[in-house]
Amino acid sequence: MNLLRLALRSAWNRRVTLALIVCAIALSVTMLLGVERARIAAREGFSQAVSGTDLVVGARTSPIQLVLYAVFHLGEATNNMLWKSEQQIAGDPAVAWAIPISLGDSHRGFPTVGTTPAFFEHFKYSLGAPLAFSAGRPFSGLFDTVLGADVASHLGYRLGDAITLTHGSGGIGSVEHADKPFTVVGILARTGTPVDRSVFVSLEAIEAIHLGWQGGAPPPGGFSIPEQFVRKFDLTPKTITAMLVGLRNRAAVFHVQRAINEFAGEPLMAVLPGVALDQLWQVVGVVEKSLLAVSALVVVVGIAGMAAAVLASLNERRRELSILRSVGAGPRHIVALLGIEALLVTGSGAALGVALLVALSALTGPWLESNYGLPINALGWSVDESLLLAAVVAAGFAAGVLPAYRACRLALADGLTPRL
Amino acid sequence: MDPSPSPLLQAENVSFRWAPRLAPTVELDRFTIAAQERVFLYGPSGSGKSTLLGIFGGVLVPQQGHVRILGTDLGSLGASRRDAFRVDHIGFIFQQFNLIPYLSVVENVLLPCRFSRRRRERAMQAGGNLEAQALRLLAQLDLGRALHARNVTQLSVGQQQRVAAARALIGRPELIIADEPTSSLDAGRQEGFLELLLAECASSGAALLFVSHDRRLAAHFTRQVAMDEVSRAAPALGEAA
Repeated sequence: MNLLRLALRSAWNRRVTLALIVCAIALSVTMLLGVERARIAAREGFSQAVSGTDLVVGARTSPIQLVLYAVFHLGEATNNMLWKSEQQIAGDPAVAWAIPISLGDSHRGFPTVGTTPAFFEHFKYSLGAPLAFSAGRPFSGLFDTVLGADVASHLGYRLGDAITLTHGSGGIGSVEHADKPFTVVGILARTGTPVDRSVFVSLEAIEAIHLGWQGGAPPPGGFSIPEQFVRKFDLTPKTITAMLVGLRNRAAVFHVQRAINEFAGEPLMAVLPGVALDQLWQVVGVVEKSLLAVSALVVVVGIAGMAAAVLASLNERRRELSILRSVGAGPRHIVALLGIEALLVTGSGAALGVALLVALSALTGPWLESNYGLPINALGWSVDESLLLAAVVAAGFAAGVLPAYRACRLALADGLTPRL
Repeated sequence: MDPSPSPLLQAENVSFRWAPRLAPTVELDRFTIAAQERVFLYGPSGSGKSTLLGIFGGVLVPQQGHVRILGTDLGSLGASRRDAFRVDHIGFIFQQFNLIPYLSVVENVLLPCRFSRRRRERAMQAGGNLEAQALRLLAQLDLGRALHARNVTQLSVGQQQRVAAARALIGRPELIIADEPTSSLDAGRQEGFLELLLAECASSGAALLFVSHDRRLAAHFTRQVAMDEVSRAAPALGEAA
């Protein structure tokens, strides 16, 4: 205890320098753990873009590509699937619900998703949260549309506004479906998933705006079918892009998957979204590893700073250590003094860093979750984090104790009378 | 030359060099200090005085020869036993900056008692409790209570040296080694400090090895030794001056 008190008094005597080192370590710990948490949150947010969906079904392609366009509305499907196949699969007794998805149009860069009202009923995200409307209701009329939260807030739309869709993803030379405007009837609450960036219309509307189109080109000669006649046509879709399927019993998932993969009508593929998302994440994994490497470097810099400060302070403490030697302190006492100080500094740096992290994630967590879909857990503590923290403290301890070797040699070289 | 049959400190055939290739810094055939003796050791700076004190204190281990204190050969002790032995039996006073700045006056005085049970017990015997003994020593060294509350860095150099003397004396070690303790004091205060130190050494029964380059102080001592008499490695007084 005597040594502990000595170490504390000595540290207090140099509190300004030590406080700066504590801050440096705290910030690097906050960064290290923060990056780790953001990484986990990004991964969770990513995998929570869809939940409760047991299978994603589409024309045969790579599983990653299917999930990319069916869930993230990214890229384009090379092949569509037949509507009658959708009907057949949806009618399977094992299937609880099915959400058809038809892509291909956009509104000012935001993808348009043709679907049925089942989407608003069955689609789940995060840990099983259902979609909610911040205003309005699901579409019911032919030219009704529901907007994701980002679409509405970025473009400033409110209920009752009229919008038109663009054929394709909206690049140069895209053609507007200007003849058939839609009315905004609903705006979804923020989810932090691709839903926020999507414009939802009915499957029939997708058919209606493409009436008379051939091979992806508008009818020749500026010919267009007026809105009031459109309803007289059969607007049942011929094809859709993909479908999301929920099962009555999840245990049947592999059975149903095989059945769809061997579907007689046309070549189809069913993918477990979690498996495909994991594959996709591995592609992104390089980025997360380099992030972690950068933050580990920051910790190394913090600890190297501490080692430098300890070494620099040794000259300043030479007299103090010599006096202690003269009153009976041995090398082990000096090592203990420096070790206690290193533990104290790294320990309080780590504790401060964790406190900062918790405060930061508690403050920004809700905002990050709703705006970026990053589910940050303020108080959750993982084994990995404890290990990282233990590694930081151990490294700091080592960085503080190694100079003790030099301190002992200095004290010895000084004899009993410290040099000035 | 050797007044008692078993001297307090006995050094024989000691040779010390800082590095194998360097010439010896200290080279002596025989040097002794008897119990309660007051020895004045003088020599110019660079004559190896501080090195010699490091050898007597057991911090520096000579490549040859033996140093015995109270019959114990310092070279035969391990490093940590030597550290313990040093604080048990020797008190040190340095030239200046003797005190640890972040400890109070009394805490500085009590430092040896933190590391030595023997000093702690002997201090308790003398004063009832440690703090009382520290206060008693400080009072005898003319450091009033009003000064105790001050930060040690605010004390004058003379006051600091007296605090250091109290620290060296607490727990009645058998030997006090003082390395130029008066050289940072002005002439008037040197005498006063020396008288207080000698009186306290006498009352606690300690021998005193007092090192200085200033021979005017020598009259107070029972024996005067020149560094070049002790160590063959030291330059003769005439040529160094």
